[in-house]
Amino acid sequence: MALVEIENLSVEFPTQGGIMRAVDGVSLKLEEGEVLGVVGESGSGKSVTMLALMGLIPFPGRVRADKLTFNGRDLLTISEKERRKLTGKDVAMIFQEPTTSLNPSFTVGFQLTETLRLHEGMDRKAAERRAIELLSQVGIPSPESRLSAYPHQLSGGMNQRVMIAMAIACNPKLLIADEPTTALDVTIQAQILDLLMNLQKERKMGLVMITHNMGVVADTAQRVMVMYAGQIMEERSAADLFASPQHPYTAALLAALPERSEGGRLATIPGVVPGLYDRPKGCLFSPRCAYATEHSRNVRPELRPWASGHIRCHYPLGDPNRNAAIHHDHPLKTEAAS
Amino acid sequence: MLRFIFTRVSLIIPTFIGITLLAFFLIRLVPGDPIETLAGERGIDPARHEQLRKEYGFDQPILVQYGIYLSRVLQGDLGKSMITQEPVLNEFSSLFPATIELALCAILFALIIGLPAGIIAAIRRNSIFDHGVMGVSLAGYSMPIFWWGLILILLFSVQFDLTPVSGRIDVLYYIEPITGFLLIDTLLSDEVDAFWSAVQHLILPTIVLGTVPLAVIARMTRSAMLEVLGEDYIRTAKAKGLSRFRIVALHALRNALIPVVTVIGLQIGVLFTGAILTETIFSWPGVGKWLIDAIFRRDYPVLQGGALLLGVVVMSVNLLVDLAYGLINPRIRHTR
Repeated sequence: MALVEIENLSVEFPTQGGIMRAVDGVSLKLEEGEVLGVVGESGSGKSVTMLALMGLIPFPGRVRADKLTFNGRDLLTISEKERRKLTGKDVAMIFQEPTTSLNPSFTVGFQLTETLRLHEGMDRKAAERRAIELLSQVGIPSPESRLSAYPHQLSGGMNQRVMIAMAIACNPKLLIADEPTTALDVTIQAQILDLLMNLQKERKMGLVMITHNMGVVADTAQRVMVMYAGQIMEERSAADLFASPQHPYTAALLAALPERSEGGRLATIPGVVPGLYDRPKGCLFSPRCAYATEHSRNVRPELRPWASGHIRCHYPLGDPNRNAAIHHDHPLKTEAAS
Repeated sequence: MLRFIFTRVSLIIPTFIGITLLAFFLIRLVPGDPIETLAGERGIDPARHEQLRKEYGFDQPILVQYGIYLSRVLQGDLGKSMITQEPVLNEFSSLFPATIELALCAILFALIIGLPAGIIAAIRRNSIFDHGVMGVSLAGYSMPIFWWGLILILLFSVQFDLTPVSGRIDVLYYIEPITGFLLIDTLLSDEVDAFWSAVQHLILPTIVLGTVPLAVIARMTRSAMLEVLGEDYIRTAKAKGLSRFRIVALHALRNALIPVVTVIGLQIGVLFTGAILTETIFSWPGVGKWLIDAIFRRDYPVLQGGALLLGVVVMSVNLLVDLAYGLINPRIRHTR
């Protein structure tokens, strides 16, 4: 049984201009102990997908899915109270801005022991002992004295370690890390990633690493899901994805990596992710795609099995009949690559 | 924190001097000669008038008068009332408990209703309750106190005969002042009926005086709460699986209270201004009514002394509020 099963998840926010669909038909399966990287530009729906799994979509957002289970429990029918027993215990989340994610009015010790006392029913003494253990596990020096510190007295990196300690406090089966290193400087980024990966290996917990940094994914994930405008574009094993990206969007993201550039100017993807008013009729990436045709602009591709994973594209890059298909469907632009 | 206290306390000196200046000069801008007012309608003999002017020092140049006044104040001498010949400080301290009792009840009334109303309005944003609270509080804030007081008296005292029209307690009772607070003194002297009489007398003045602070606190709590509820750490609290009540009442409220406490401190000043009007409407024997009477009688020493003492009270309360700030906001407590 998979740890997480999501089928056809969509999250919508009613706005004054109409219904904004932040997540559109996302399906995903996550096994126990698996590390999944979720990548995409800002606004691609990667965080919202995971917030929906956590049950943290703020009002008036609407979550719909054909299936949404965690560890065999149906999250769509579960009561609010039962769900709260899961969140923070079996599934935990850490966020992008560690300093604002911790409550400025309470000490680190209070915020850490709060979780332990709630989910593990520990008394204050036991919770404090466990909190000290946790703080030293996440590499905070002299943890006893840090219990009485307030978040504003610690650095960003330290606060993220506190967040991680809070998240792993109840031995979760799944940890969702929402851009855990974006707000930190580069040396600290590497330390935090190492810490997360070590904890994942030690505890064999599932880890979802949300990021817009392909480099982070390459270092950590076993499987990668590429999202764009609320949809999954491509999903396969990390090794395959980096060796031979199948979706033009994935290829473009990889080409934009400084590590992969071969001198000269860094490649970019012109344009922005479509919003509420300019959502294309066909493939959501078509306005920015170098290979878009009349057909792909009008007919939205379905997510289908392809190679070792799934893809949502009419003309996957590894398809031997690709050129003929594009030619047949009247290309809008001449193919730049070949 | 020590340095914070030191800077905060040293700010009191210029404020104090400012108050003496205002109290001294503003009343002298009001037309009307204190000695003629003192003499009443029958008038006064010019020679006697001149003699009294000398006695009170009104013949000196105004700056000299101010200098004398200030040096006396610094020695703790606020002068005597021109009407009763009682020392100003004595009159003030015998009347002040009545004002404090009313002001405390009013601020409690404002807090007990304002805080929950603001919190619920924030949680149920855009609900009927939210719109209701915001509408009513806007009306409350805009209400002229004297008009509001008269309407309430007309309705509850005259029409429905539910509450007394004026005063602090029924004339039947005489309570020996122990603390000066009637609610406490009546209970101390075992006069339960007198206690209920005092409570009934307090209801309308409390509502009238508490309305503006109530409106301000409700609106401030709502907006502070709305801001805090959108913060990242509230999402973290939800992600920990905490109950909704704990998130709102602990994680959000603790942070939302910081701006609300500031506003409460500022409202204390407003409260005393309001007390002057409220006490006049309800014939409440406090310092507010005493000051209004002093204005009509051109009783300069009482006005100067009363304004100064009230100013000191407001300053002290604000100081306490600022210090209390450090208790709820660790970011202030830990800066030097």
